[in-house]
Amino acid sequence: MNGERARRSRRLLLSLPLIALAACATKSPSILSPKGPAARTASSIWWPMVWVATAVTIFVVAMGAYGVVRGRRIREEDISREVSWGDRFILIAGLGVTGAILIGFFVFSVARSVSLARAEPGTQITVIGHDWWWEVRYANGAVTANEIHIPAGERVNITLQSADVIHSLWVPELAPKIDLIPGRTTHVWFKADHPGEYRGQCAEYCGLQHAHMAFFVIADTPDAFAQWMSDMARPATAPATALAQQGQAVFLSNTCIGCHAIRGTAANGQLGPDLTHIATRQTIGAGTVPLTANDLATWITDPELFKPGVTMPPTTLTKDQLNALVTYLLGLGFPSP
Amino acid sequence: MTTLADRPGERLEQLWAEEPGLGTWLSTVDHKRLAKKYLYTALVFLVLGGIEASVMRLQLAHSNLKLLDPETYNQLFTMHGVTMIFLFAVPIFSGFGVYMVPLMIGSREMAFPRLNAFTYWGFVAAGVFMYSSFLIGRSPDGGWFGYTPLTDKAFSPGPNIDFYALGLIFLGLASTGAAINFITTILKMRAPGMTLNRMPIFVWGELAMQVSILFAQPALTLATVMLMLQRHWHYHFFDPGAGGDNLLWQHLFWIFGHPLVYIILLPGLGIVATILPTFARRPMVGYTWVVLAEMATAFIGFGVWVHHMFSTGLPSFALSFVSLTSFLVAIPSGIQVFAYLATLVTGKPKLTTPMWYVLGFIFIFVIGGVSGVMTASVPLDQAVTDSYFVVAHFHYIMGGVALFPTLAALYYWGPKIWGRKLDERWGKISFWLTFIGFNLAFFPMHILGAIGMPRRTYTYASHLGWDNWNLLETIGTFLMGVGILITIVNVVRSARHGEAAGNDPWDADTLEWATSSPPPDYDFETIPEVRSLHPVWDQPELKTGTQPPEMGGRPLAEGHRVLATSLLDAKPEAVVDMPHESMWPFVLTVGLMGFFYGALTRIAVVAVLGGFLSLVSVVGWVWPRGQTQEM
Repeated sequence: MNGERARRSRRLLLSLPLIALAACATKSPSILSPKGPAARTASSIWWPMVWVATAVTIFVVAMGAYGVVRGRRIREEDISREVSWGDRFILIAGLGVTGAILIGFFVFSVARSVSLARAEPGTQITVIGHDWWWEVRYANGAVTANEIHIPAGERVNITLQSADVIHSLWVPELAPKIDLIPGRTTHVWFKADHPGEYRGQCAEYCGLQHAHMAFFVIADTPDAFAQWMSDMARPATAPATALAQQGQAVFLSNTCIGCHAIRGTAANGQLGPDLTHIATRQTIGAGTVPLTANDLATWITDPELFKPGVTMPPTTLTKDQLNALVTYLLGLGFPSP
Repeated sequence: MTTLADRPGERLEQLWAEEPGLGTWLSTVDHKRLAKKYLYTALVFLVLGGIEASVMRLQLAHSNLKLLDPETYNQLFTMHGVTMIFLFAVPIFSGFGVYMVPLMIGSREMAFPRLNAFTYWGFVAAGVFMYSSFLIGRSPDGGWFGYTPLTDKAFSPGPNIDFYALGLIFLGLASTGAAINFITTILKMRAPGMTLNRMPIFVWGELAMQVSILFAQPALTLATVMLMLQRHWHYHFFDPGAGGDNLLWQHLFWIFGHPLVYIILLPGLGIVATILPTFARRPMVGYTWVVLAEMATAFIGFGVWVHHMFSTGLPSFALSFVSLTSFLVAIPSGIQVFAYLATLVTGKPKLTTPMWYVLGFIFIFVIGGVSGVMTASVPLDQAVTDSYFVVAHFHYIMGGVALFPTLAALYYWGPKIWGRKLDERWGKISFWLTFIGFNLAFFPMHILGAIGMPRRTYTYASHLGWDNWNLLETIGTFLMGVGILITIVNVVRSARHGEAAGNDPWDADTLEWATSSPPPDYDFETIPEVRSLHPVWDQPELKTGTQPPEMGGRPLAEGHRVLATSLLDAKPEAVVDMPHESMWPFVLTVGLMGFFYGALTRIAVVAVLGGFLSLVSVVGWVWPRGQTQEM
């Protein structure tokens, strides 16, 4: 009973950051506000189709309404069973005009998609889907999770694989969807016109926490990106304070290392996200909650509070151990050069 | 003045009547009684699927709600899809078909009455089988298309997916049986003179539907059998680690799954093309084109399945080909819509309740059609697939066609089925609530998909701008729910207390109106001779409810018999003795139920006993009884 009540009050506390998030300006990741050429392909097809669709719908409604109104004025005896123009109208409108519009859109759509299929060089990134988070790997050995850093204004080629079930990578403002399928390797490319942050989310139903499998594409200037990539490839910062050192010891002596890697330490687990530079990330649990000391502590002790069904098990630690561990993890930023 | 005994009806009554009441409740083979069971059962599943949808909409009414945990949500959306598609949409159209097809083609029964009983009981049993999963809280949770490897043992170790796979195999037996029965009935039992080009469009729609089921169903049965083998018997069809491929499941499923859309669409369009001319007070303009369009849709529908897989990384040339067929499959739909319009503007449309539903449907069908065309474009589909845009699209198409023609048909054929008209005033209230609610519930989904909301998520964050659209959808869902419930109450009340209908309350043209309402056990006193595409309009003698022998009617009162005719020209070929009530179809269903529960629990003795009972009942079913066919 007591446990349940504590859980509930904790849940209340937990919703505070969510409320704080809500206070931020709402911003929808829309396919209609493309921020790069790959996504612009879709929106450039969307609008002509929406206009034609609207025109077709208006025509149908108008003609139907005309039929109903006209019907009030005529007498049943005046209905002619043979309609001389009937078959011609059906063929011209249904087969001719409809067919021409459809084939026109097909050609238009294929022409627009040619550039999507073209192979070109670019920054190579590998994304591996997991239940329910994203592993992101760079050619120089940099590894991170749930954040894909890219150079703005440059093409990036993403190679996709899955570690478990089918997922789908969707960044509405930047790129078409592409599935991550176990046993197969798929590819997608995109380019962000300008530096910025673009939200993405898994689009293929992948089980319990499909709803909490978000990520962010973060486009930096090419220089900043190059710096980031080389920082990300380096081993972890050594703990700077006694508390952080104690936290590292907690990490290394607990089950954490079974799943998580912190490069430069003995921790080399491969099942969960790489935590080498976790403090540089913005969220925990693939976009579920912002990365703060409080939420991180809660996440470690009871991750299911945020994400029921998550594969990470709860960890039992004393208050001091937890405090030390959180301090250590939040110190894992980029080492100063 | 003739006495009662002189009428051939009395002799026929003795030949065709089944024992009244509960005695034959389980053993009936009368297509009208079975059809009513079909309709009632499918409506129950509509309510269940609607309750599932309503609970989900409450959970999604606002961001971060905690009404449902993720597992429950996943079970609900899976069962909502399975229910609405397999247990409501397909069976309700089979139900209308089982009632109306024999009447519309001027026969007295389906070709295989006991098979008809079995396909009904099989449908109920498969539905009960799948729904029994709720009792142990382990309902299917892999989505209605059950993609591997999520549905493989490693990621779904419980019995959830077994309920899904075995349930669909079970249901497949029933729907295959129904397909064979319908196709045979339609091709071989039409009244003399009803050549193919005089066949009502609804019957064409049923024919297209059932032919599609016959060809599509094996792919689903194969896929689900393979899934069961992989889950429990160490097979590796979909396991890339052992040379299998997850895309194989997707191909097999959608080879079934896309034609399924047309399986639901075609009989619905058939209902529209039946009701529209009746109330436009004129024949359908472009009958031939509408029929060709229905058949063409069924055919092209088998060549578009890969458009469900545009984001799986298949080669772009293959995608372009399927994109083209997906654009082209809209042409037959365009032809039909323009035929509806031509009929409307050359007739005198009467705005009865069924007509309102039909007009509402045309609007919804056009919206669903144009959004479907948008998803035929590969790059645009890659942007919107698996988002709420697609949810909007297929609810406008599949939801629209399963709901509106069904409601229209309840008002239109209700007088024939129950002998009483449904209340028109409540009907119109129900229409407007359903129509407005439907559009409020589903139109905003287009927008939500475009602004980034993926489908099948049990919750969403508050800063994404999705809250208000979701709230609107929830409100729409409940409006629509109230609208549908009003019609259901209307059916229940009017079936007993409604205004008496008479033979032909709508002054319609097809043969089901050339007999009493509800029809007698033997459907027609004489098998009519058909001389027109619009027999009741063009052959005044049919208005009386019987075509006298001197006008060509055949009493066929020497036995429990129907007439078999030739395939194209409907020339009489044989007189066929029909079977009477039988318990075997029900017993067979019980046996199969045992077999499938045995397979589910993997208790061999249950499966073996169930299988043995099935075998016994098949033997009992086909045991010769000295029935003859005579030329």
